[in-house]
Amino acid sequence: MPLYLDDDQTALQDTIRDFVAEHAPVSHMRALRDADDKTGFSRDLWKQFAEMGFTGILVGEDQGGLGLGHVEAGVVLEEIGRNLSPSPFLSTAVAAVEALKGTGQAERWFPGIIAGETVAALAIDEGAKHRDTVAMKAERSGNGFKLTGAKRFVTHGHTADLIIVAARTGGSDNDTDGITLFAVPKDTAGLTANAERLADSSLAARLEFEGVEVDADAVIGEVDAGRTPLDRLLRAGRTGASAELLGVGGGAMNMTVGYMKQRKQFGTLIGSFQALQHRAAHLYSEMEVARAAVLKAQQLLDQGSERADEAVSVAKAMTTLATTLSVQEGIQMHGGIGMTDEYDIGFYMKRARVLAEMFGDANFHADRLAIAAGY
Amino acid sequence: MTDLDTFRTETRAWLAENCPPEMRKPVRSEDDVCWGGRQFKPSSPAQKEWLDKMAAKGWTVPDWPKAYGGGGLSPAETKILREEMAAIKARNPLNSFGISMLGPALLKYGTEEQKLDHLTKIARGEIRWCQGYSEPNAGSDLAGLATSAEDKSDHYLVNGQKVWTSYADKADWIFCLVRTDKTSKQGGISFVLFDMASPGVSTKPILLISGNSPFCETFFDNVKVPKVNRVYEENKGWDVAKYLLGHEREMISGMGLASSGGNPLIDGAIATVGLGHDGRLADPLLRASIAMFEVRAKAFGAMSERFIDELKAGKAHPAQPSMMKYYGTELNKSRYELMMAAGGSDALEWDSERSRGGAIPRSWLRTKANSIEGGTSEIQLNIIAKRILELPA
Repeated sequence: MPLYLDDDQTALQDTIRDFVAEHAPVSHMRALRDADDKTGFSRDLWKQFAEMGFTGILVGEDQGGLGLGHVEAGVVLEEIGRNLSPSPFLSTAVAAVEALKGTGQAERWFPGIIAGETVAALAIDEGAKHRDTVAMKAERSGNGFKLTGAKRFVTHGHTADLIIVAARTGGSDNDTDGITLFAVPKDTAGLTANAERLADSSLAARLEFEGVEVDADAVIGEVDAGRTPLDRLLRAGRTGASAELLGVGGGAMNMTVGYMKQRKQFGTLIGSFQALQHRAAHLYSEMEVARAAVLKAQQLLDQGSERADEAVSVAKAMTTLATTLSVQEGIQMHGGIGMTDEYDIGFYMKRARVLAEMFGDANFHADRLAIAAGY
Repeated sequence: MTDLDTFRTETRAWLAENCPPEMRKPVRSEDDVCWGGRQFKPSSPAQKEWLDKMAAKGWTVPDWPKAYGGGGLSPAETKILREEMAAIKARNPLNSFGISMLGPALLKYGTEEQKLDHLTKIARGEIRWCQGYSEPNAGSDLAGLATSAEDKSDHYLVNGQKVWTSYADKADWIFCLVRTDKTSKQGGISFVLFDMASPGVSTKPILLISGNSPFCETFFDNVKVPKVNRVYEENKGWDVAKYLLGHEREMISGMGLASSGGNPLIDGAIATVGLGHDGRLADPLLRASIAMFEVRAKAFGAMSERFIDELKAGKAHPAQPSMMKYYGTELNKSRYELMMAAGGSDALEWDSERSRGGAIPRSWLRTKANSIEGGTSEIQLNIIAKRILELPA
């Protein structure tokens, strides 16, 4: 399989690029922020996503989805990133769908997700930095389980219809085994969600589980074997976040290069200054390398390759490095106007910072590579 | 099974049968690399056997047409062959500027006679080529070259000097840029081929900071070059030169890729610094530097694959080789900085048997030329800025 988009994928890219640019450009995000919107995204837009089939992009055709892969999901996410469109696409249509896929929970939740009625959130982080540890307890109770603990950085957690929760049914915090994944419906007694607005004006919740009782059939996959669906969720989430980062970094770069071609100082276009040209060309190189890393991870995931996990960490770390550079250069080359709220480039820097933390930052993923390589 | 699956199965079986075990181990030193040519002496029978077998199948140049000694493989088949060779860590059967630089230029610009004559010899490793581009006053400003070729009806009389001619003292033939018109800078250059054994050609090695001497100064004193050896039209050599430079940059960018067989950087660091009780490198800052480098190196590995795929499909931007050259060479320099840091005093040994004759420090010094030769990093950034980002002049 060549490492570029095939004709079908390119056609999808054209479709989604036009759609997002028309319906959810940066001004859409700005309007939601200015209105202090409490949902954090547009339910109407999510419905339109469903009408176009995107909500079921990773769901098999036999279950009413499009039956496409991570490359195609990434094509959508890149445009979401480029336009800074607030959307539950990554948590719902990508990460949650991958967690539920092939389990008894798929039949229950897929129809709502495909219809654009169900939004999913991922309750997996427990500290301010993404880690593999799971401390939240899930104790057997009656016909099911009782969940106790707290989760953080749960995007859409305050408004989601479905919350996917990683909890511990055995072992200790750092153990790989003994984790069980649960599908918890919203409004379950004992669950409270406190939404906080983040730097990028998106909303993420801190969830408190105080003896939240769920039925045994809330288990995703097998008890004590939640690492398998959790790993699926994480691989998809990390790859998806990388694709979105690619969009953020690419969008910021295009905006910056465009500005270099029209802004004059000392009576000449700043884009003609070699000092700035070299930095822009270096940035382009970093973004191109990141793009290749993302496509490689997506293709290997779609092939079910055993090398996918490493490629996913490379993609997440590399897109974080490249996009961080892109937004930093973006602000600097825009000069004073780049510091104003009125101008959009600052939004790119804020969004990049949030995505950098999501599912593990560059250090976390570089560390994973090192451990896997035995040093 | 698709045709490609069948091809993969057959290729795997053929390589398993025909690639000698010694040719599946990493190259130990420059003497171990097969460059071919009239002066070539194989370092082992296995090296000769591997070259002969691959050349017989046309797989030294798998995607060239069969008529010119190639394998006639499609881009997809070529990729499979490359993957299957990598899977068993098979060495390149033949390293050659003829393959990576002159060949593509001849395929595009050469006459049928030139292709039949030169390409087949390149494919079999019979003739080793060198490149006559840079001159003492024409480095980054390559088109400022002065070596003259005077029209003598059936031949040119070439006079001048080239510099940084890689392996000129070991090469059989040279592909050379000469000035056929002094009134036009880029429009007065022609691209010619001639035998290094021609009367009037002499070479002198240049000793480098690495203590080695891959480069030479090359002098031409009334060298007769038959006109049939000119590639493409007179005064249009710059077109050929630019096309060839793209391929040269593609080749040099490959230096950013990790060599096959283990990871010398990681293995070296573990050997000198050691692992702590948690299984992690005992120098946490070195570990972090290596890990972050590996992110870029692995991502660049994906970029190289993408670049080649796009190139074969005609989808790559014509200036993309500049980006590959820039990134790959800068990456290779940081790899060797880390290799030196990881190796400590062991990596400083210059001549010892233990250090294989100072392989690491000499390579470290050699990499410093990566971002100068073939167009400096700054020239590549200029090209990216102007031709890809279309920034104003």
